[in-house]
Amino acid sequence: MNAGLPTFRAPSPAPPARPTGRRLLDSLLARPSAAAVVGLLVALLVFGLRAPGLLTSGGLATVLDVAALLGIGAVAIAMLLVGGQFDLSIGVVAVFSSLVTAVLVSQVGLPIWPALAVSLLVALAVGAVNGLLVVATGLPSFLVTVATFLVLEGGALALASAAAGSSRVSGLDGAAGWSSAEWVFDATVQIGDGRFRISLLWWVVATVLTTWQLWRTRFGNAVFATGGAGQAARELGVPVARTTVLLFLGTATAGWLIGTIGLVRLGGVQVAPTLGTEIEFLVVAVIGGCLLTGGYGSTLGASLGALLYAVAREGITRAGGDLYWFQAFLGMLLLVALLANGLVRRRLGTVPRS
Amino acid sequence: MTTPLPTAGAAGATPLLELRDLTVSFGSVAALSRVSLQLDGGQVCCVLGENGSGKSTLVALLSGLLRHGEGELLVAGRPVRFRSPGQARAQGIATVWPDLAIAPLMSVWRNFFLGAEPTRGVWPLRRLDVATAQQVTVRAMARVGVAGLDPDQAASGLQAGERQSLAIARALHFGARVLVIDEPTTPMTLSQRGLVLQSVVTARDEGLAVVFVTHSPQYAHLVGDRFLLLARGRVAGNLTRDDVDADDLTRLVAGGDELSRLTATLRRAAPGR
Repeated sequence: MNAGLPTFRAPSPAPPARPTGRRLLDSLLARPSAAAVVGLLVALLVFGLRAPGLLTSGGLATVLDVAALLGIGAVAIAMLLVGGQFDLSIGVVAVFSSLVTAVLVSQVGLPIWPALAVSLLVALAVGAVNGLLVVATGLPSFLVTVATFLVLEGGALALASAAAGSSRVSGLDGAAGWSSAEWVFDATVQIGDGRFRISLLWWVVATVLTTWQLWRTRFGNAVFATGGAGQAARELGVPVARTTVLLFLGTATAGWLIGTIGLVRLGGVQVAPTLGTEIEFLVVAVIGGCLLTGGYGSTLGASLGALLYAVAREGITRAGGDLYWFQAFLGMLLLVALLANGLVRRRLGTVPRS
Repeated sequence: MTTPLPTAGAAGATPLLELRDLTVSFGSVAALSRVSLQLDGGQVCCVLGENGSGKSTLVALLSGLLRHGEGELLVAGRPVRFRSPGQARAQGIATVWPDLAIAPLMSVWRNFFLGAEPTRGVWPLRRLDVATAQQVTVRAMARVGVAGLDPDQAASGLQAGERQSLAIARALHFGARVLVIDEPTTPMTLSQRGLVLQSVVTARDEGLAVVFVTHSPQYAHLVGDRFLLLARGRVAGNLTRDDVDADDLTRLVAGGDELSRLTATLRRAAPGR
């Protein structure tokens, strides 16, 4: 019985060779953004033919502007989803932080840059509260951020009516440093008959940066592990709590950026009670291949999802369709994406319990 | 086993791993109470006991997930107090967890280096050294007998035995001095057990101190030099290979008369528990 020991070896028979076509399909499916790419190509084909002017520079400028603002949020939400959490408060952080900026400029008389710095700190504080609550209590982040959402939305409406007597604060463009803020957050360039905005650049930077972070840094590895196998991550000493809080700070920053871009563009803030944008970010991230269960996804996919969203929306408008159809289309797209993600998951193989 | 017992514990030499009257408490409940153990390099200590006897707590303590209250934990004679699994690993203590600690959706090499990834470049541009990580992974997996593995494939695609090998290869790679192996409570196939035992022997022959938490006295007796029996967080027996044969050990662990009597004695020694 003792003599048998040294012969113990891992049984490693050569895996059965798969046909090349199947392997190619597998590796394509294993890319989280596969569904978004296919969807985008189909949408471009359909609406390129049916919607006049979509593929002109004017049409593209509109599409890219919609995609950029959505994409910035979707990229942050995608990171968070990969980390196994969700943030329902990102849209209201956008509104609230821009309202803080507006009040500081119009009521307190601060120049725009210090006001923006303060509102960024406010946004980060909200993100930190979200993250710390989720980490400390272990409650589902959906519930925690619903609470934050309600607090901030109520607070924003109350603050706006107290400060300006209505849900609208405007006339900020006289603030000191406004032109430089405009240059950073709302510069435009005219190409053909389309005005391309600098938000596009912010979106591209966010996508590239997060893609690099996710796949090529220790932080990214920690995000994948935190979302996909929390227990294993803890056992191996991955800083799960720190990673989660940082991700919430990320979505808060994205919310602040979206709010600031809107503020500078409008020269004011309109506070409207809506719970819509958060869902759109989520939908777009899921279309981009993020699993709702965490541990899998890509921010590039989320950006492609945002582009798909924008193409479909602008396409339906230009084709003379009702925008309600767009919502129905979005729902179907989400369903397809969810099914495709499930397929991917099965293809990658579920973990046998052993 | 024909291998002679290593004589690393010669007079004057400090043990590689030492626990002195160590206590771990959750609130007012002591999960481990005054546990002592000395282990030299090249020795295997098998930890046996029923569920809830403190085996997992011991593993969590050694691997840096938990901190001890009273008592001392010494590595190569130096008292240590780990604040994270990373610190334990930095001291050369690595663990094979019962759940293997593998993230199924991540690739093999990412799993291998999870929590201790090699990087290059300076901070804003500090990035994973993917090429090195993949090479090391392939080499380390070959060392435990899994050859020709694609380090880029998802861990979920591995067979059960290969996943076990991955966890073992990782611990052998990072555990420079002490290897802690906590066997899964679920039944294992013969070949999986073989993998585990092989890794225990490999680590021992390389001079590591091995803490092997197992449920099987027979297998424990096959590889163990010392046997630490735990019951209700206390040491119910600290035996050497010369003290017991496999049958005695089985009877002791199986909650036989000896263990019950032992427990009764202990209870009498500490009334009110």
